[in-house]
Amino acid sequence: MTPLTGGARLPSTRWRRTEVVFWLALVAVYFLLPGYRTLGSQVLIAGLFALSLDLILGYARIVSLGHAAFFGVGAYTAGLLAHHGWGEPISGLVLAALAAAVLGFATSVLIVRGQDLTRLIITLGVGLLCYEIANRAAPITGGVDGLSDVTMWKLFGLFNFGIDGRTAYLYSLGVLFTVFCFARLIVNSPFGLALRGVREGERRMPALGISVSRQLVAVYTLAAGIAGIAGALLAQTTQFVGLDVLGFNRSAEILIMLVLGGAGYLYGGLLGAAIFMILQDRLANLSAAYWQFWLGALLVVIVLFARGGVLGELSAWRARHVARGARGGR
Amino acid sequence: MLGNFIGVLFDGIAYGALLFVIAIGLSITLGLMNLINLAHGAFAMLGGYVTVLAMSRLGVPFYGALLAAFVIAGGMGGVLERVLYRRLYRRPPLDQVLFTIGLVFMAMATTTYFFGPSQQPVRVPEYLAGQVRVLGRDFGAYRLFLIAVVAAIVVGLTLLIEKTRIGAQVRAAVDNRVAAEGLGIDVDRVFTLTFMLGSALAGLGGGLAIDVLGLDPVFPLKYMVYFLLVVAVGGAGSIGGTLTAALMLGIFDIAGKYYVPSMGSFIIYFLLIVLLVLFPRGLAGRRG
Repeated sequence: MTPLTGGARLPSTRWRRTEVVFWLALVAVYFLLPGYRTLGSQVLIAGLFALSLDLILGYARIVSLGHAAFFGVGAYTAGLLAHHGWGEPISGLVLAALAAAVLGFATSVLIVRGQDLTRLIITLGVGLLCYEIANRAAPITGGVDGLSDVTMWKLFGLFNFGIDGRTAYLYSLGVLFTVFCFARLIVNSPFGLALRGVREGERRMPALGISVSRQLVAVYTLAAGIAGIAGALLAQTTQFVGLDVLGFNRSAEILIMLVLGGAGYLYGGLLGAAIFMILQDRLANLSAAYWQFWLGALLVVIVLFARGGVLGELSAWRARHVARGARGGR
Repeated sequence: MLGNFIGVLFDGIAYGALLFVIAIGLSITLGLMNLINLAHGAFAMLGGYVTVLAMSRLGVPFYGALLAAFVIAGGMGGVLERVLYRRLYRRPPLDQVLFTIGLVFMAMATTTYFFGPSQQPVRVPEYLAGQVRVLGRDFGAYRLFLIAVVAAIVVGLTLLIEKTRIGAQVRAAVDNRVAAEGLGIDVDRVFTLTFMLGSALAGLGGGLAIDVLGLDPVFPLKYMVYFLLVVAVGGAGSIGGTLTAALMLGIFDIAGKYYVPSMGSFIIYFLLIVLLVLFPRGLAGRRG
């Protein structure tokens, strides 16, 4: 039993051994699998995008079908900056994050008001609206042809974004790790605790003096900004922005990656993105319809049998294991 | 200008009528069972393919093919409700969304596998293909036919819900499931029957829609937002609200694409967001 007096402590923020191993493994991939650096950077970007969705789904339980809107706005912001002659990567990331966060803040008002179905449709609607705007504004965005001529300057004036994916991988990893540390701080802060409170019992939080809508606006804006960074990373490392950055498929796929890995752990999105994209790399080449079918089947199976995703099942398994150990010990 | 306006209005009503037939099932399942069924459009697609195949491979006449679409989509709905959907009623929205998106993907992939990714053509009867002159003005015969069919469906559904015993059971189950069960209503059976009816109507709508919306394997995804929109704006579980929303969206979409073609679907998405901000529970929302 935790003593109640003085027990109001924040969760431990110490890095666990598995976490350290996880990040070291990501660094090791760079050296051990040089042929997979390009795919690897895509996985890291998707992981960052999934992480942003985790903040609103796993920590605030807002189901979004249009999260690609923020990813796309970030991608176009960074892409357009470079297209028009400002190819400095870091400032591009920051501006992209700001642009996406502004859109997130503006639409969060709509999200906060509604019930689940309304939220679902509004996120879907905002996503489609952004897609349609980018599609129609072809003179600016390139429309369906995409935005090319995205020329990046050297990172820190030193590292070229070459075709071998060296800079892309390390750059993506660095940004992912920085944002991850930030997100980790956030979810373990009092604000993060309040968010979990909202998730577990929305009606009770006002009684504790916490404004639910203000929490939701804050986390939605934050998640939008992070999604914008992910989009900007994709634009900068591939030096191209396609219309599909805003597509419904991207919103749906990122949701699938997150749920596959497990929502509400921060790591779930990273793990899900890796599993999803490696599978896709292997299977989608066989046949697009084949891949789509098994993706659908996977979703059905997750919902029926493994609702927590990989991490949820792992922690459930460990809890059972520990319980058995405790019983055996007595 | 005025002539165009009437033409646009007419096309919009016909389009809205079509949206109504497909979306009403979604509205009922949402109102009755609190189920967000993103795969609802897949039943419409099934109806569409049944119609096309019955006509082209078996030589069934158009109306017979539509009847087949109605029956087969309804049967499929009944089976899936018993086997799969039933497990989802008490699940949180995220589970419902993921599960039904999964079903959409599987339906799309299966359809592509068997029939290819291309658009499927349909041949409506001669007299429905042309124009009809009413009050000195030409109207598309098929669209008149659509409006008539949907008017009949609205009357039939209203009578079914308001006047029959099963309709009373449905209303009771929507209003208060526990009390309805206490009165001896077999709510599970009511759920299955309404789900079948909703799927059957979607199947019929899918068959009717080929000539207007087209039919290919991405149909359920392409029009998903429209169906959801109709339901969200109309308010779940309400026939009148769904009809109003469907007609409104149909008219605005057609008018937008006709008068401001450069905006494309922009108008309809914008309208959706405005309406949902003004009426978060829908025009005739009854969920408290």
